[in-house]
Amino acid sequence: MLDVRDLRVEFPMRRGTLTALDGVSFSIAPGEVLGVVGESGAGKSITGLAIIGLLEPPGRIAGGEVRLEGERIDNLPADELRKLRGRRIGVIFQDPLTSLNPLYTIGRQIEETIVTHLPMGETQARERALALLREVGIPGAEARYEHYPHQFSGGMRQRVVIALALAAEPRLLIADEPTTALDVSIQAQIIALLKRLAAERGAAVMLITHDMGVIAETAHRVAVMYAGRIVELGSVREVIHAPRHPYTVGLMGSIPRIAARKGRLVQIDGAMPRLNAIPRGCAFNPRCPRRFARCLVERPDLLPAGTSFAACWLHAAA
Amino acid sequence: MAAFILRRLGQAVLVMLTVGLIAFALFRFVGDPVIFMLGQDATPEDRVRVTQLLCLDRPFYLQYAAFVNNALHGQFGLSLRQVRPVSTLIVERLPATLELSFMAALFSLAAGIPMGVYTALRRNSWLSHVLLGISLAGVSLPTFLIGILLILFFSVQLGWLPSFGRCDTVQIGWWSTGLLTASGLKALILPSITLGLFQMTLIQRLVRSEMLEVLRTDYIRFARARGLTDRAIHFGHALKNTLVPVMTITGLQLGAIIAFSIITEQVFQWPGMGLLFIQAIGFADVPVMAAYLCLIGLFFVIINLVVDLLYYAVDPRLRIQPI
Repeated sequence: MLDVRDLRVEFPMRRGTLTALDGVSFSIAPGEVLGVVGESGAGKSITGLAIIGLLEPPGRIAGGEVRLEGERIDNLPADELRKLRGRRIGVIFQDPLTSLNPLYTIGRQIEETIVTHLPMGETQARERALALLREVGIPGAEARYEHYPHQFSGGMRQRVVIALALAAEPRLLIADEPTTALDVSIQAQIIALLKRLAAERGAAVMLITHDMGVIAETAHRVAVMYAGRIVELGSVREVIHAPRHPYTVGLMGSIPRIAARKGRLVQIDGAMPRLNAIPRGCAFNPRCPRRFARCLVERPDLLPAGTSFAACWLHAAA
Repeated sequence: MAAFILRRLGQAVLVMLTVGLIAFALFRFVGDPVIFMLGQDATPEDRVRVTQLLCLDRPFYLQYAAFVNNALHGQFGLSLRQVRPVSTLIVERLPATLELSFMAALFSLAAGIPMGVYTALRRNSWLSHVLLGISLAGVSLPTFLIGILLILFFSVQLGWLPSFGRCDTVQIGWWSTGLLTASGLKALILPSITLGLFQMTLIQRLVRSEMLEVLRTDYIRFARARGLTDRAIHFGHALKNTLVPVMTITGLQLGAIIAFSIITEQVFQWPGMGLLFIQAIGFADVPVMAAYLCLIGLFFVIINLVVDLLYYAVDPRLRIQPI
């Protein structure tokens, strides 16, 4: 469904170019949920924005390609790309409280999206919008149709946002931290909803989050990002239970577990390097407990490690 | 909603009473009205008589109450200079000033909003830089200079437009309008631009900064992610959100336009209230000054009230209703 090859995103700045993404490759199959995890600034959201062509200038795609259903989309003219957004790729952003225009009713906003992408008249669009609202679980959709965003709770607003993202039946859904701004009790509902709707439609989902719990429940495969690169890519089971990259090992170790209550949580010393100070060799080497000479000079690509892939020299075939 | 309007009306009454008090105080500061009317060499008996006749021997608050009562009936006494009722004078002059102010406000909005939107959307184009340069000039140049320059160019050198007065007007009831004759409309052009230029630059800059702000919001990003057209995003979603603060400023500025039309009216010898006021100051014509003050105060109060009500029309968040 989605195929990203060697994606490179640069921000040309006055003091030289910052490379936000470097050689990012992954693919998502129809009906599959790919979780993308990593610390803030690792490049998760940039990846999503690059795919839909909404990088904030001066950011730009400097290399690689993005294919949607086999068709190259990273070099489409702006208007073609716009038609694709919402129609074939739906997007959900982090904060449902600010994702909706406060001055229009939610019904109008959904209708507007439908009419933009699908050949429908007003009555049809309204019917469809109502059906969507019911589907995402808005009680009393008819009555709520004419309501404004401020009259909804956070969880309800995120449901509306999901309805908006799905309005034109996109084949790919990019969800950027869809539950981070919500109450924990609502998070599970929203995740379940997303999962169900994607499965029913056979849509591919790219789920960006830093919440491993969400990933574990939802995703089929996981991509772990660090300093603008994918450092580990594998099935959820593998990545969580048998992490291959020392960074992923640290990441998994830092998740509190009720079952294993044994003192302090593991933490990874140091911080992710800034984009203008990525070390030579493996970007993780200053913090890596298992680094050796090769890590300091040569940067590893994704190497097969068990059934997953890890960008780490520990897995170099001798 | 009703409570809100009532509260606002209460505040408006307080403001008007205060303005009235200041206007009323004018009479006392400008000098003894009795001497003013009778001259320096009147007999003491005459003075006492006139003082009693004018009720000037009554306590201050009673005099003020009488002033307010008269003002409510639209009576501000006789103009000292023209010896005609002030209310008649004002009614004669009001249409000229209101038409000028209305056209100036229309011009400032019609030019300011598109310029603001353009400079926000095409931030780096050369035209944006030119427009911002013009707006800087508009803010910095004093009104009278702009007026004189416009007269010099369009009236004296090109001879296209009249340099003073309203030209032909049509009388509709008590309202004399210049909007219905070709020469009247032509006469309106230069003064309107002069009066509206400052507001236009203000609106342009306000729209620009508000628009830039709104374009950065999440809902605009989400609107883009939904694949809406640029047109729908810029003019449907972004512009409407910028209009709330623009409305406030425009409303307040409308009052300012009416009040500060004095200078423009002076430059163009526009027969409006501002010119009347300037002449009244020259002659210490206190009743006219007091009436003008009260009227301008009333305009501000009414405009603010209307702006507050417009908020309700634009922003649904203010129309709080139980869900």
